[in-house]
Amino acid sequence: MFLSLSLICLTVAVLLAQVNKMTAKPIADAKAMKLQNAISEVVPAFDNDPIAEAFLMPDGQGDSLLVYPAKKGDEIVGYALNSFSTNGFSGNIQIMVGFDMEHRIVNYSVLQHGETPGLGSKMSEWFRDAAKPSQSIIGRDLSKGALAVSNDGGNVDAITASTITSRAFLEAINRAYAAYSGNMDATSGATQSESDTTGTTQSGSVTNISGETNDNDEQDITSQEGGNDNE
Amino acid sequence: MNDNLKVLINGIIKENPIFVLLLGMCPTLATTSSAINGMSMGLATMFVLICSNAVISMLKNLIPDMVRIPAYIVVIATFVTIIEMMMNAYVPALADSLGIFIPLIVVNCIVLGRAESFASKNSVISSVFDGIGIGLGFTFALSLLGAVRELLGTGQIFSLNIYPEQFGSLIFVLAPGAFIVLGYLIAIFNKLQKKEGTN
Repeated sequence: MFLSLSLICLTVAVLLAQVNKMTAKPIADAKAMKLQNAISEVVPAFDNDPIAEAFLMPDGQGDSLLVYPAKKGDEIVGYALNSFSTNGFSGNIQIMVGFDMEHRIVNYSVLQHGETPGLGSKMSEWFRDAAKPSQSIIGRDLSKGALAVSNDGGNVDAITASTITSRAFLEAINRAYAAYSGNMDATSGATQSESDTTGTTQSGSVTNISGETNDNDEQDITSQEGGNDNE
Repeated sequence: MNDNLKVLINGIIKENPIFVLLLGMCPTLATTSSAINGMSMGLATMFVLICSNAVISMLKNLIPDMVRIPAYIVVIATFVTIIEMMMNAYVPALADSLGIFIPLIVVNCIVLGRAESFASKNSVISSVFDGIGIGLGFTFALSLLGAVRELLGTGQIFSLNIYPEQFGSLIFVLAPGAFIVLGYLIAIFNKLQKKEGTN
């Protein structure tokens, strides 16, 4: 009786070990691929390996976030941050959010969530709808203040019927920004002066960009100038 | 061969695990928020059913009666673990959307139920056919349930647009919708099965 059960367990153990050995690499690859895709989706084009250069930054609330620096050549073009919120409607929300060097959100990607399908789950598209600037957070400059839903006096429209999810989502974004700005303060004066001073450096950065790059960046610059004119 | 065919049809219609036996309700209600999820859950369960039925019926004379349940569970758990690893490796997106319900196939009573009531008493060949039949019945039921919920909830079937999303009623994608749709489908299935006897 014990012999036969032991034999069965032994055979099974050997079989599972084999399958595990076979699938370990594809599983690791699939995970790495997913992370890689999430990162490249949220930061400007880069040519380094952000995963290898990842580091931790405190988020100001007693926790630390993984920061993935995106570099083009030797210059940092943006940071992708793996942020989270524990206040989701059901379970934690994990996102990857990217910032450029001017404190603006480039894009985001929802990594994991347990929100209601059809309601809260809309967050993966809702906050980047270019046609609706009042709900899109793409391109928002967080140095002007944290994001909040309009019910709480902020200027981001919450997802219809999913205010809790929206709050949690923005909390994750703000958490990421806290870590990002902590990092920006810590890094060298060069980066600082670029974002702080006006006129000369800005034109400097324009030439810089047109020197090595793509249409998207130029569009960003023009829209930013447009903004300044309005002010 | 004819008997095998009968076993197969039996699993799909007369002993359909969802509509007739009402077994394995947990994954049924939880994973059918869309047709594709329902179908993949059904196929994963079918794979486990076929393999465990075959192996258990092969080992039926070697397994002493007293330890048969642990032995069956070990065999079932093995196949579930294999399919979980395979899905994580080759279809990670699907594995993410089914989540915890893949490992939970282990405790799905359909699988153990078939091992106990069929595979341990029949030949390997007919056990495999029973696995295929019950598996197909389960897959068919889950896909149908998923398709109806997806259609009523979001206006799509297998992500193909049938009508605009704003006319969908979200409740069908949520848990209550699962119960409502399941209830109606069982009623329809029963009506079609026994034409006399119901009104």
